[in-house]
Order: sequence, then structure tokens, then C-alpha cells
Amino acid sequence: MLELPFFFTFVPSKTKTLRHSHIFRITMADIQQLRRIATQVRRDIIRQTSMAASGHPGGSLGCTELFTALYFEVLKHDPKFSKTGAGEDMFFLSNGHISPVWYSVLARSGYFPISELATFRKLNSRLQGHPATHEGLPGIRVASGSLGQGLSVSIGAALAKKLDNDPNLVYTLTGDGELQEGQVWEALMFAAHHKVDNLIAIVDWNGQQIDGPTAKVMSLGDLPAKWAAFGWEALQIEHGNDMQAVLNGLAEAKMHTGKGKPVVVLMKTEMGFGVDFMAGTHVWHGKTTNAEQTERALGQLEETLGDF
Amino acid sequence: MLDQLISTGKKSTRDGFGAGLFEIGKQNREVVALCADLIGSLKMEAFIEAFPERFFQIGIAEANMMGIAAGLATAGKIPYTGTFANFSTGRVYDQLRQSIAYSHKNVKVCASHAGLTLGEDGATHQILEDIGMTRMLPGFTVVVPCDYNQTKAATIAIGEHYGPVYLRFGRPDWPVFTAENQKFEIGKAQLLATGSDVSIFATGHMVWQAIEAAKALALEGVSCEIYNIHTIKPLDEAAVLDSVSKTRCVVTAEEHQRNGGLGDSIAQLLARRLPAPMEFVAVNDSFGESGKPLELLDKYGLSVNDVAAAARTVLTRKK
Repeated sequence: MLELPFFFTFVPSKTKTLRHSHIFRITMADIQQLRRIATQVRRDIIRQTSMAASGHPGGSLGCTELFTALYFEVLKHDPKFSKTGAGEDMFFLSNGHISPVWYSVLARSGYFPISELATFRKLNSRLQGHPATHEGLPGIRVASGSLGQGLSVSIGAALAKKLDNDPNLVYTLTGDGELQEGQVWEALMFAAHHKVDNLIAIVDWNGQQIDGPTAKVMSLGDLPAKWAAFGWEALQIEHGNDMQAVLNGLAEAKMHTGKGKPVVVLMKTEMGFGVDFMAGTHVWHGKTTNAEQTERALGQLEETLGDF
Repeated sequence: MLDQLISTGKKSTRDGFGAGLFEIGKQNREVVALCADLIGSLKMEAFIEAFPERFFQIGIAEANMMGIAAGLATAGKIPYTGTFANFSTGRVYDQLRQSIAYSHKNVKVCASHAGLTLGEDGATHQILEDIGMTRMLPGFTVVVPCDYNQTKAATIAIGEHYGPVYLRFGRPDWPVFTAENQKFEIGKAQLLATGSDVSIFATGHMVWQAIEAAKALALEGVSCEIYNIHTIKPLDEAAVLDSVSKTRCVVTAEEHQRNGGLGDSIAQLLARRLPAPMEFVAVNDSFGESGKPLELLDKYGLSVNDVAAAARTVLTRKK
């Protein structure tokens, strides 16, 4: 957690369901610091994927504000890492292909040496192409990559917390294209029926998937209405690449927990955000930058914390 | 020894599961149970009544059930999932593979109505590929007990073992012949009868068929050694090699496809270590159909007579 020298009141993001304004313990200076971390995380993403000549930079860049906010501000977590997550918040990544952003924030918040980011997708690495527990990488609690499974797993963890009277929360992120997997809707139905209200699901709503825009590949329709119709408290973050908006949205989501309904945050992001030629297209979903492109990308991202 | 193998009555292995689940639930408060709309079929009522807060009704959503089980296990619970064998494996294979096996979760996948003896529901539900699928998954333990008493004991034992387990059992009432309140040892083959002419390795319902066949063969002067391979994986290799080094010929018997099952597993071991003539009593690359359990075993080559015939055949091939 960052230092909290004084209270800072902020205006909540535009959401239909917002019921009350609130006070969030974060300062302007803290937000500046989170933005600086995010810039370094983006460098880590570009460098991991370009060095491996493999991986998924686009979605990773688009979710950088979220991961930075989660690991450096929102989550109650301990980098000493207990797999059961007892007494702390737990995070599960369902769209495992955006592993580079997760690996970066895990390393930079102390779960494993930052230098290990150089091993991403290489032989004998703990940083598998998609996150795995098999090699014992701290911070990972379940493998993901084959899509559609993370929400179910998160529900299981949330149920366990309820059984154990653990008041902490479970957070999970899924892609928007991932919502095309049927298992996700099984999980939606379950969570509402069983009132899993200690769970915050976040959807990376970037409108892109590997084969193109979701609207062209397989329309998702009215996502907020669909989640609400399944019995969820459906919130939105209009600007998921604005640190302040992400913090506001997550704070609001947390306020809606414990009220008998599972909570979803539909977070609009731009795939590839932060690098001008990578932003807003599906092209960099699973394609990495070559040497010249890497230089151009890194030229747009200040090295704030030192490269790995 | 063979004479002492007698049926004390008929009870289903799924009833044994229900009794075992209730027992392990009493012993360990971390045990939780999940079911995909088949509570009655899986005989989970006693557990649910005693521990309602530790039971989760999932509805008809098996993929979600496996994911939820993985999450519960992550947080330290010992989840037992209950549905038919078909929906416990083929329908959710990727969930078993990624969220449970690869992630090494302590989930107990408990699967009823396996094999032809499910009967009248027919081939859509009579899965004959599940042993093969689960034994291919790295880290999975595969347990197939033979009767009510053993299924109860196995249900308790898998809860005391850390790691993913596939527990396979069935629908029909079936002869009960193993000891009440036995200690179940995962990975340790059960020697039921010593013999010198042929080794019969059987699993699940086919263990009783093997016993009946051995009794018939004894009248012909053939001495059968019978092993109950209740743990398909890890296979008790020492027991198999010890028996075959003495008898030098083998019959395997299972309510499963010939491809991928117990027979394959034993053949693989023997091909490497101790080649011997072998016959396979199993379904031969075919789906089942509607019918009564014994009629189906007869039609698909899994009757007592089929086991005995396989033994006679393999004896002719013995050098």
C-alpha cells in the first residue's frame, strides 16, 4: 500500500448504479506514483514479449492501470504469498494470455525477483506463456489460458472465504471475448443464485479479440444489461486506462459487496493503450514488436523504476 | 481362498459412496460436496442433511462445478464433486486438465453410473472412456472400487490423500464380498485369490465377474490368481509383476473400452518388464445401448463366461 498522508475526496466515475459519493484514502501524489509504476509496467510488457518474440502485448497494455491499481493500492495482499489466500484478498486472472502485465506487477510488488521477467516464455522458466502453478511461481493460484474457467474458480475461492468467515474479497478478471465461452454464463447464474457477494468480477471490455473486433467476430450485445439480467450488480468504468477512474470504479465496486449480489465491473479499455501505433486495434493481441517497433514503443514510455 | 469369496448381499457402489461421503464429512470439516443436479443418484442426501452449509448445489453446469471445486481447493477445502461419470470426465475434460490436474488441486471427482451397467439409459450415458481420459492426466489418481464396502472405504481414503482423484463407481446393486469397514490403501492391489495357472487383473464390477469365472475354472482344474486392481493409477506394478512372474499369462477385465483402460496399463508394464500372453475382457471399440446390466455385459463380451473363455484362450498361448 502507498503512504496515506491525508484524505482525498474525489468525484466518482459515471455509472448508472452509483448510489452515494464516498471518501477514498488516496492522494494526488499517490496517483502520480501509480501512473509512474504503470509506465514501467508497460515497458516490462513490451520488453518481455519482444525478448520472447512471443506473447500477448495488446491486452496486457490495456489492463495496465487495473493491475497497477490492484497490486499497488486496492488488494490486501502479501508478497510472501500463501496459496490459500486466508486473511487477504485473492486475485484470479481468467484471460491468462495477458500474463506479461501480471508478471510485471507481481515482480514489482515483491513476489519474485524483477530480473526473472527476462525468462518469460523461455525454457526452464517459472514465467510460463500462460500463468501456471506448476513451476511454483509465487502469486499464481491456478493455471489459466484455456478461457472461461477463472470466474468459476473465483466463485469457489469466495465460497471458501464465506465458510471460513474471512471478510476479504476475491477479485477476478476476464476478457470480453472470453464471455463467448459458455462456462462463464454457468458461473454468472450460480453466483447470483448463491449470493456470492464477496466477489468482484472485472471484464476487460476492449471490444477486440484475436480475429478482430468482437462486434464482427461474435457480438456481445448489451453487456451491462446481460450481467444485470443474470442478477449481478453491474457497474462500469468508462475510462479503464485512466488511473483515477479505475480506482474510483474499484472503490465503488467494493462498496457494493456484502449486499447479497455478486458485483461486476465492466471496464472499457483500449487494447494496446500507451503505445500510439499499438492502441485501439486487435493486431497486437498476439503479435509482438520487432526490434525497431520495440524501440519506438519504449521511446513513448518513461523508464521510471529501472528496467529488468 | 476362492471359496471364501462369497456375496453377502447386493448393494450399489454409489450407495457406498454416499455412506463414505457422510463418514469423511464427519471426520474432516474441510470436506465440502458439490453436485450438478443428481443428489439422489449420487446418494449424497446423508451428507447434505448433516452438513448443509458444506454442500453446494451447482445445477446442470458441470464445467462450472469443476472450476468452483478448484477454487474451493485453492482456499484449502477438500471438494468432492458428484455427477455421472460421463459428465465428470468427457464433458469437463479441459476443466479437469487445466484448473485441477495442471494446477494440482485437491479435488475428488466422484463419478457414478459408469460403464454399461448403467443400463437402460443407453450409450449417451454409458461412458466407457473415462478411465483412459483420467489416467492420461498427469498427477491424477484413478480409483475404481469393486463393491459397496470398498467404495465406502475408498471414498474416505481419497479424502485423506492430497491431490486430484478420480473415483469411479456404478449404478446397479452388485454383490458385496469385501470386508466391512476395511482400510483402503490407494495404490495397493488387493490379492483376492492365489493361483498358479493364470493371473486375472480386474477392476470395478468386473472383479465379481472374475471371481465367478475363477470358481468355474477351478472345476476344470485351472488355478486362477485374482487381483482387484482398485487403483488404476498409480498401478501396483510390483503386485502385477510378482503375479505374472509366477503364472506367465494374463487376463484383464474391466467395464471400459479396451483402448485406454486397465488392460492397456498392464500391457504397457508387461511389454517393458515381463512380456506374457494376454487377453483383454473389455468393450472392443464400440458404444453400448439400452438394456439390463447383465444383458449388456453378456452382449458386449463382459460376462462371467467371457472372462472364463479369455482365461482358457490365454492358457493355450502360454509357453
